[in-house]
Amino acid sequence: MANVETMTINMGPQHPSTHGVLQLVLELDGETVVKATPHVGFLHRGIEKLSEHRTYHQILPLTDRLDYLAPMHNNLGYVLAVEKLLGLTDAIPERAQVVRVLLAELTRIKSHLVWLACHALDIGAMTVFIYCFREREHVMDMYEKISGARMTSNYFRVGGLSADLPVGIEQEMRDFVNDMPKHIETYEGLLTGNIIWQKRIKDVGVISAEDAIDLGVTGPCLRSSGVDWDLRRDQPYSGYENYDFKVIVDDGCDTWARYHARLNEMRESCKIVHQALDKLKPGPILADAPKVCLPPKQDVVNSIEGLIHQFKIITEGFKPEEGEIYVGVENPKGEVGFYINSDGSACPKRMKIRSASFVNLQALPKMCEGSLIADVVAVIGTLDIVLGEIDR
Amino acid sequence: MTLQAVVDKLKAKFASSVLDEREFRGEMTVTVTKEEIVAVCTFLRDELGFNFLTDICAVDSLGESPRFMVVYQLYNIGEHLRFRVKAPVEEADATIDTVSCVWTTANWLERECWDLMGITFNNHPDPRRILMPADWEGHPLRKDYPVQGPDREPYQGRVR
Repeated sequence: MANVETMTINMGPQHPSTHGVLQLVLELDGETVVKATPHVGFLHRGIEKLSEHRTYHQILPLTDRLDYLAPMHNNLGYVLAVEKLLGLTDAIPERAQVVRVLLAELTRIKSHLVWLACHALDIGAMTVFIYCFREREHVMDMYEKISGARMTSNYFRVGGLSADLPVGIEQEMRDFVNDMPKHIETYEGLLTGNIIWQKRIKDVGVISAEDAIDLGVTGPCLRSSGVDWDLRRDQPYSGYENYDFKVIVDDGCDTWARYHARLNEMRESCKIVHQALDKLKPGPILADAPKVCLPPKQDVVNSIEGLIHQFKIITEGFKPEEGEIYVGVENPKGEVGFYINSDGSACPKRMKIRSASFVNLQALPKMCEGSLIADVVAVIGTLDIVLGEIDR
Repeated sequence: MTLQAVVDKLKAKFASSVLDEREFRGEMTVTVTKEEIVAVCTFLRDELGFNFLTDICAVDSLGESPRFMVVYQLYNIGEHLRFRVKAPVEEADATIDTVSCVWTTANWLERECWDLMGITFNNHPDPRRILMPADWEGHPLRKDYPVQGPDREPYQGRVR
């Protein structure tokens, strides 16, 4: 064999298909990737450090900034963790739980839409991008009506929700999930039969089930390697055990399998949203825990207890007992987990965020070494990483 | 298999190195000596089915001894069990053996732990910083590292 000289190039951090500020150092032999080394951390904001200096309520807005494509899931994981730490898990009102599931699934659709849009755009199918963002815009509008913000929702609260759903939003959600399956068919019509799309993603980024488990891959990427594991079904939270949905498992192990898995997950999410809308009954949205949940405004201005509780929660926060807990939720990207270690004070002693994208990205060299440089773009897209969550 | 059964099997195998077991909100935590961490993790993976390493982090208890606690969150995909293993690490000898030979996931998680908390992982295949720049000094998640950054007075604003 002739003496082969490799060339090292930088891909990113300023590169349109690295989905943010990811740097890949690629060692190339011609067009073949010999070695890929990801460099992360360009977006590190020290959220874990900041959390140690804030009360539990004050940490919540920081969690929006982790996976900014699925803020409600981060909120959900965090509030579930704090509720478990407080022993409040069983006290969450039915309506709050249903609304949490409802919004979590809408968020999953929204996040998968961005994945599909960018994945297709990276590979060269530009039309899909516009269609996906059109539908995503509907979810963003609903987000804005519900929480006041299009992206950084900060809507869930420890103990329930920050506010009730606005009037008329249920019909809007119903219309959206009624239309969504038709839209998914449109995307499939644009992509699935397209020979270029097929050639670009079939047998690309292959990872076996054993490797995926060993590398800690979670979410649709793991399920597309044939591992039947979904936290919504296997460790249900927020009442997911009461919903009827399929866990999409595919043993294709390649980018093609992950493409189908995510599309089908969106269809399952539509079903869950329908069921959640059926379950939605009027009722309280906050747990009866005055030392933890902020009282409604009319109580603050009309009663001395309400005023005192509000004052105490704002100035001091609440103090969970000493202990440590871990809660993981099924984010669109994989398992997002919050480990909270409390020393009995109003701020966590340590909060570790298990980020799905961070761990999934570790599988990237395994998935693209030995393939062509153009496939690296497909692999980044199929991993569906969000740098806000990786760098924290 | 219940979590208690896991603890019993672990204690039967590593009687002298299990320091503590604690249950809180239905979660089981076992503390083991750091010398045995690789053996304990290998046993948990091969014999008790904890094939998935969810997370590694370290907790800093400034002023206490031992100062650091390295925390491993494990998951058993077959039986859907969560289990937590902890190992105490002294400040004077802030090292522990790597478990990246047991689960490859540990590679980046341990790099992060070294980067932010300053725990050295012996025999680690790639001991570099991961989130902070390569030339950064100090370990930001330590309790004696000011929240505003280095060369600043510690934050006094919050009453704990």
